[in-house]
Amino acid sequence: MPADFNWAIGGEAGDGIDSTGKIFAQALSRAGRHVFTSKDFASRIRGGYTAYKVRTAIDPVQSVVDRLDVLIALTQRTIDENLDELHEGSVIIYDGDRSTMADVEIPEGMIGLDIPLKALAEEAGGAIMRNVVALGAACAVADFPIENLDSALQKRFGGKGEAIVENNKKAARAGLEYVHEEYDHEYDYDLETTDNDYVLLNGDQAIGMGAIAAGCRFYAGYPITPATDVMEYLTGRIERYGGHVVQAEDELAAINLALGAARAGARSMTATSGPGIDLMAETFGLVATSETPLVIVDVMRSGPSTGMPTKQEQGDLNMMLYGGHGEIPRFVVAPTSISECFWKTVEAFNMAEKYQVPVYVAADLAMAVTEQTFAPEVFDMDKVEIDRGKVVDDDSIDEWLDEKGRFQPHALTDDGISPRAFPGTEQGAHMSTGLEHDELGRRTEDTEMRVKQVDKRDRKVETAKATEDLSPREFGNPDSDKLILSWGSNEGALVEALDFLEEDGVDVRFLSVPYMFPRPDLTEDIEAADEVIVVECNATGQFANVVEHDTLTRVKRINKYDGVRFKADELAEDIKATLDAEEDSA
Amino acid sequence: MSSDVRFTDFKSDKQPTWCPGCGDFGTMNGIMKALANSGNDPDNTFVVAGIGCSGKIGTYMHSYAIHGVHGRSLPVAAGVKLANPNLTVVAAGGDGDGYSIGAGHFIHAVRRNVDMAYTVMDNRIYGLTKGQASPTSREDFETSTTPEGPQQPPVNPLALSLAAGGTFIAQSFATDHKRHAEIVQQAIEHDGFGFVNVFSPCVTFNDVDTYDYFRDNLVDLADTDHDPTDYDAAKDKILDSSKEYEGVIYKDESSVSYEQKFGVTENMSDIPSGAPDDAMDLVREFY
Repeated sequence: MPADFNWAIGGEAGDGIDSTGKIFAQALSRAGRHVFTSKDFASRIRGGYTAYKVRTAIDPVQSVVDRLDVLIALTQRTIDENLDELHEGSVIIYDGDRSTMADVEIPEGMIGLDIPLKALAEEAGGAIMRNVVALGAACAVADFPIENLDSALQKRFGGKGEAIVENNKKAARAGLEYVHEEYDHEYDYDLETTDNDYVLLNGDQAIGMGAIAAGCRFYAGYPITPATDVMEYLTGRIERYGGHVVQAEDELAAINLALGAARAGARSMTATSGPGIDLMAETFGLVATSETPLVIVDVMRSGPSTGMPTKQEQGDLNMMLYGGHGEIPRFVVAPTSISECFWKTVEAFNMAEKYQVPVYVAADLAMAVTEQTFAPEVFDMDKVEIDRGKVVDDDSIDEWLDEKGRFQPHALTDDGISPRAFPGTEQGAHMSTGLEHDELGRRTEDTEMRVKQVDKRDRKVETAKATEDLSPREFGNPDSDKLILSWGSNEGALVEALDFLEEDGVDVRFLSVPYMFPRPDLTEDIEAADEVIVVECNATGQFANVVEHDTLTRVKRINKYDGVRFKADELAEDIKATLDAEEDSA
Repeated sequence: MSSDVRFTDFKSDKQPTWCPGCGDFGTMNGIMKALANSGNDPDNTFVVAGIGCSGKIGTYMHSYAIHGVHGRSLPVAAGVKLANPNLTVVAAGGDGDGYSIGAGHFIHAVRRNVDMAYTVMDNRIYGLTKGQASPTSREDFETSTTPEGPQQPPVNPLALSLAAGGTFIAQSFATDHKRHAEIVQQAIEHDGFGFVNVFSPCVTFNDVDTYDYFRDNLVDLADTDHDPTDYDAAKDKILDSSKEYEGVIYKDESSVSYEQKFGVTENMSDIPSGAPDDAMDLVREFY
C-alpha cells in the first residue's frame, strides 16, 4: 500500500475544479492528514484544461510526485493530460452521461467508475452539486470517512445557509453509496484520520500573513498572476491593524505609492510578478538611492514578456540581482517553502528597515498558488521580532544635526547606515531624491561626495554579511561528497528526492539557499564536495552562474523550464542520471 | 502645528537654479505662503515633485520632501498621505510631468481624491530639455522637435480633471502672488484632491505664452459672478477656449476625501514591537 495518496479533479475552467479540490484538501487537513496541493491552470477564465491535485499522507508532504491514484475526470482531456501519472489500478471517476465524456476511453488496467453525477446531484437538490457527488465517490474509493467531508462542506457553504450544507452532505453520500452499491472493486487505500489540527495555506497567503505580523500597514499593488493572492489576502485583513491596501492603476503607481508610504514611516510592501518588476525598475532605483526601506515581492512565473503567466519558472533572479540602471545594493531573500514565505517576509521587513534598502522577496508560482498543511505552531507569532533600525525621534535627532541644525539623512557612517526621521519629527525635515546627494540629501555632483555616498551604501552589504545569519538550510548526509544546491520552491521536492535516492543507496548533501544577496559564502562547501549540482527552474542556470562566479568552481546543472515544477521522484532520477554521467565520463 | 510659522520658514538655504524671471519662483513662493497661511510647519509638511524644472521645487523648500521619478509624484504623494494622514501633502509637477508621462496617474489621482494639493507649473513647453513641445503647447507652436508645431490639440488639464470626477479644480498665475497663494491655500484646505494648474511662464523657450500674454488674456473669476459650486457653469468655463481663467473654477462641496471614505486615519508609522496580540487568529483562519 503506498504511503501517500494522490488525487485530482480536472475539467474545463469554470467547472468548479478549484473549489472542489479545495473542499477535498480541506477535508483531509481537518481529518488530521498532511496535504500538498498543486494546480494546473491556463490563462483564461472559462474553458481550457484545468486541474487541482491533492497529495496526502499521515507524514508531512511537501512536493508533488509523478503518480495519480484517483482522478475525477470531467472531460476526456483530463484523462489524456494525466496519462503519464496514472498507473495500473488507478481509479477514474466520471459521468458517462456528460457530453464531454460520452465516448470515454478508460486506459487498459485502470478502473473506470461511471457514476451519474449530475442525476444524483439533482436528486440531492441541484445539478450544481455534481462535483460533490464525485467527492463522495472518491471517499468510497479511498476509504476516507465521509464525515470528514462534512466539516469542509460546512466551511465552504455555511455562509449560504444550513439547507445548502445539508444538500451537499446528501449529494456526497449519494456518490459514496453509488460506488458501494454498483461496484465491487477492491481498492488499496485507507485514508486514516488523526487528531492533529493543521492549517492549510498557500505561499501568497503566507507572505500576506507574514507582512501583517511584521507590522506592514501599507500595501499597493496591481493584479497579476500569480501574485494577486497576496493583495486579496491583505484586503479586508490589514485594516484590522490600522493598515490599508490600494489597488493602483499600474505597477508604476504601485511602487510609487509604496515608496511614499515608506517615506512617511510605514512598513510598506508591493507584490507583483516579472512583467511588473520590469515596470517598477525605474522607481526601484529611486527607492534604493533614497535609502527607503521597502519590501518588493516578485512571485516569479515563466517569462520573458508575458511568457506563460500560469506556469512555474525561477527566471527573474538576474533581474532582481542586477535590474535597473546604475549600481546599487539591494537585498534578495528567497523563501524555500510555503512556511518560509511567512518567515522570510518578516525578515525582509527587518532587513529593509535595518539597512534602509529595498528587499526583494523572490517567491515563485510553484509555492505561491499551491497549498500545504502545517501545524499552527509553525507560524508561532510570539517568535516574530520587529527591528526598525536607526530611527531617530525628537530627542535623539540632535546628534545627527549638522552645524547649522540641519538633519543628515545620508550621514556617512562606518556601518553605512544613516539615521532615519519619520515626517513629524521636529528638526527632521529633509529631502529624499534619486539624484546623487550629500549627507543632507541635497543634489550634488561633487566627485568626492559621489564616491563617499556610493561607498557608504555599499558598506551596508558588508555590515549585513557580518550581522545576519545567511546560512543555507541543510538536508541529507552532511558528510556526503555529493552536494546539491538549490533555491526557492525546489526545496520540498529535493528533500523528498533525497528519500528516493537513499532507497537506491545514493546519499547526498543538500543545501537550500534562501539568501540570494547578500548570500552565504559556499566556497568551503563546494571545495569539500567531489560533485556539485545546482538545481533550478530556469534554462540558463542563473543561480548556478552566481555560484560559479562566487566560488570560481564549475558546477553541474539540472534545469527545468517547461513551466512545471520539479516532481520529487523525477528529480531523484535526474540527480542519479547527472551523477552517473559524471561516473561514466570519469 | 505652530501659529508663528512664517512662509520663509519653508525656504531652504539652497539657491534656485531656475532661469532669472522663471514663473516657478512665484509658483513656489505662493505654495510656501499658502502652507504658512493654513497653519502648517515644515516638520508636518511633505512636498513631492517629479523631474524637470518643476521637480526642483522640493530642493528649494524646507520640509520633508521627495524628488521622485518623472511623472510619478502623485502616487508617491498619495502613499505619504495615506500612511500618515496628519501630514499636509503638496505635490508639484510640470505640464510634461503631469499631463504627458504622468497623465495616467493624474486621472487616477483625481478619481482617488486623496486629501492633498497638486500644483502644476504649466509653461506649455519642456524647459529643462531645452525647448520641445509639451502636451499643453499650442497646435502651431514651433519647437526644436515640432518645426511646424505639434499639429495636435493641446491637452485641457481642467477638462481631464472634471471628466475624472475632480472635486477641486482651479487655475492661477504665478506672478499674481497674493491671488495664487489664496488659490493654493484653498486647494490645501479642500477635503480631497485640490488641483491647481498654474500658469508659470518659461522666459527662455516660450515666447508665446508669456507674462504679457497672460496679463492681457487672464480673466479672474473673482471679478465675475462665477459660482464654483455650479457644475455646469464650471464646465462652460473649462471648455471655453477663448479665454484663460484664474480662480477656483469648480469645487464640489460634498467632497469626501479617500481617507475619510475608507477610514484611513491612523499614522501607520506606529507599530508594535512584535506581531499583534491577536495575530494567531490570522493562522487559525486557515483551519
